[in-house]
Amino acid sequence: MLAKLMDKIQAVGRTGTSVIEAIGRGTLLLKNSLLWGGPGSAGFHDLLKQIYSVGVRSLIIIVVAGFFVGMVLGLQGYNILIDFGSEAALGTMVSLTLLRELGPVVTALLFAGRAGSALTAEIGLMKATEQLSAMEMMGVDPFKRVITPRLWAGIISMPILALLFSTVGIWGGAFVAVDMLGIDDGAYWGNMQASVEFYEDVVKGIIKSMAFGVVVTWIAVYQGYDSVPTSEGIGKATTQTVVISSLAVLGLDFVLTAVMLGGV
Amino acid sequence: MSVSQPYVSVRGMSFSRGDRLIYNNMDVDFPRGKVTAIMGPSGTGKTTLLRLIGGQLLPDSGSIMVDGHNVPDLSRKDLFDLRRKKMGMLFQTGALFTDLNVFDNVAFPLRVHTDLPESMIRDLVLMKLEAVGLRGARHLSPAELSGGMARRVALARSIAMDPEIIMYDEPFTGLDPISMGMIVKLIRGLNEALGLTSLLVSHDVEESCAIADYLCLLSDGRVIGFGTPEELMNEGNDEVRQFLRGEPDGPVPFHYPADDYRADILAGVN
Amino acid sequence: MRMRYIEITVGAFMVMGVVALVLMAFRVSGLSLQDAGDTYTIKARFENLGGLTERAKVSMSGVTIGRVTKVYLDPEWYSAVVEMEISKSMSTLTKDTSAAILTAGLLGEKYIGLTVGAEDDYLQTGDWIEDTQSALVLEELIGRFLFNKAEEG
Repeated sequence: MLAKLMDKIQAVGRTGTSVIEAIGRGTLLLKNSLLWGGPGSAGFHDLLKQIYSVGVRSLIIIVVAGFFVGMVLGLQGYNILIDFGSEAALGTMVSLTLLRELGPVVTALLFAGRAGSALTAEIGLMKATEQLSAMEMMGVDPFKRVITPRLWAGIISMPILALLFSTVGIWGGAFVAVDMLGIDDGAYWGNMQASVEFYEDVVKGIIKSMAFGVVVTWIAVYQGYDSVPTSEGIGKATTQTVVISSLAVLGLDFVLTAVMLGGV
Repeated sequence: MSVSQPYVSVRGMSFSRGDRLIYNNMDVDFPRGKVTAIMGPSGTGKTTLLRLIGGQLLPDSGSIMVDGHNVPDLSRKDLFDLRRKKMGMLFQTGALFTDLNVFDNVAFPLRVHTDLPESMIRDLVLMKLEAVGLRGARHLSPAELSGGMARRVALARSIAMDPEIIMYDEPFTGLDPISMGMIVKLIRGLNEALGLTSLLVSHDVEESCAIADYLCLLSDGRVIGFGTPEELMNEGNDEVRQFLRGEPDGPVPFHYPADDYRADILAGVN
Repeated sequence: MRMRYIEITVGAFMVMGVVALVLMAFRVSGLSLQDAGDTYTIKARFENLGGLTERAKVSMSGVTIGRVTKVYLDPEWYSAVVEMEISKSMSTLTKDTSAAILTAGLLGEKYIGLTVGAEDDYLQTGDWIEDTQSALVLEELIGRFLFNKAEEG
């Protein structure tokens, strides 16, 4: 009985130390690959390629999702606000919801599923087929060559995608509100302009999505780099990327919101 | 550059993975300009030895001198310099970059490490590809290559920077006889044409004896035989002979250690 | 060829990002360009701000002409002081301009509404608006209403 309990405690301890060890290794990876330069460092073209595969190729899912989310917000918001006779505030509601929360967060979640998992699988496969080792033996630092451009591509792409998500969403909301539900065009945009602050809402939203960009891509490349180089290991790492980065985004969102609003 | 001085010299090197001791205080020298085949039963850490020499793994203790540099002591930057200037490695699967075609794979180290104009890189790449007989395959992508062709492209890539030592990790595994013949011819030919030091990990006795100047036999974390193939065939101890001749039983028993057979069977009956 | 395609699409991606940012700035948050730089600061004293905060709009006849930059309590007078930036293009506010804290719609945010007077001199940087009207506080309104009712009855 006691021995069983000790085993349980030991298992918990092992999990704890391995989590801390993973965080440590991940931090080292981040430290080693955030800066450019070093043996066989990647060039500007590598960055472009990665922005293409991480950012441009996520564009369609982001735009379509943004449009639908905006339309749903318009519809739901209308039904809530009409009870208070303040459907004129719909533009404000849609735009603030998108800019402050849904834009950065939903983009980050979609990005984790679309680009993050692909990054993990790609790097994991490069590891399994010894491409990373081959690079090392050619005197090329795989951190600088493989990880750095992917990390930066994620950090650069995420805010752009989030902005596009919000923009499309606001216009999607306008489509529902103005064209379908018949809210006055001036009321929708006018109230929005009166209450949306460029720095408070737009810029802070961008800062948020940059933070999400770092976190999601970091987790994705780390999971790939640290994966067990078998098909099973890569599959597991890909799933973990989506799960861990989604949770990390939601958790970080609370922390950032609290800090930005200064409420806590 | 005396011939007598070994290119790679391992002294008192120990390495363990987890609780398992793979090398225990090992000493071995690999002569300059020769083909040395590192052989031994599966699981003795032959590939691990290549990775230790390449600095991808760090030994627990001891020194690994490559052309006068102690690999475990090098800084990250010096290690990368050493690999770039002197080392080439051929991986078991070829390890070609899947997002680049054959030409770009071979050009990769040149583009990364040199500022040569594109026309000169083209000439160099075509020369290297010609050497492995695949100049015509330059536009193919790695997915379109057979296993043997992929390994030849990888070979062209690892000689792109004109290394002084090439390490081959199981170059014969999973090849048809024709491809195997080509690789054997290439390893021998490159060694003579470029004056390379070649280290070859394999358990293919026949092919290894055919191209190697020296054999280095490893077992249980130590060197059990080092010499020319003839020497080892004739003079080696029982364990060496058993391995080289492929005898199923000998100093390395056929049976994994177990209880008495009779007792074990009877235990099931009762 | 393929690299060219990547360059073009990544370029387009970046341009889309910038366009989205510009739309956010001007169409969504109603930022106007002359905000920056050319402003002067005037002050006003209110008995009660009723929820007016920094960055609230200052408007005249419904047109935004400035912003509240600072809100603090004057410890000598025990009253709230509001500092606001007014665009230089509106440099002809008379000395007897009055300021009132208003609400945009029934549930909207608080803002300051200015109404010009008839004097010849204009407000300069650091001047005070003398004629101010505090925010309407619902509880006070109800209280006054009940008080009046009680007096009537």
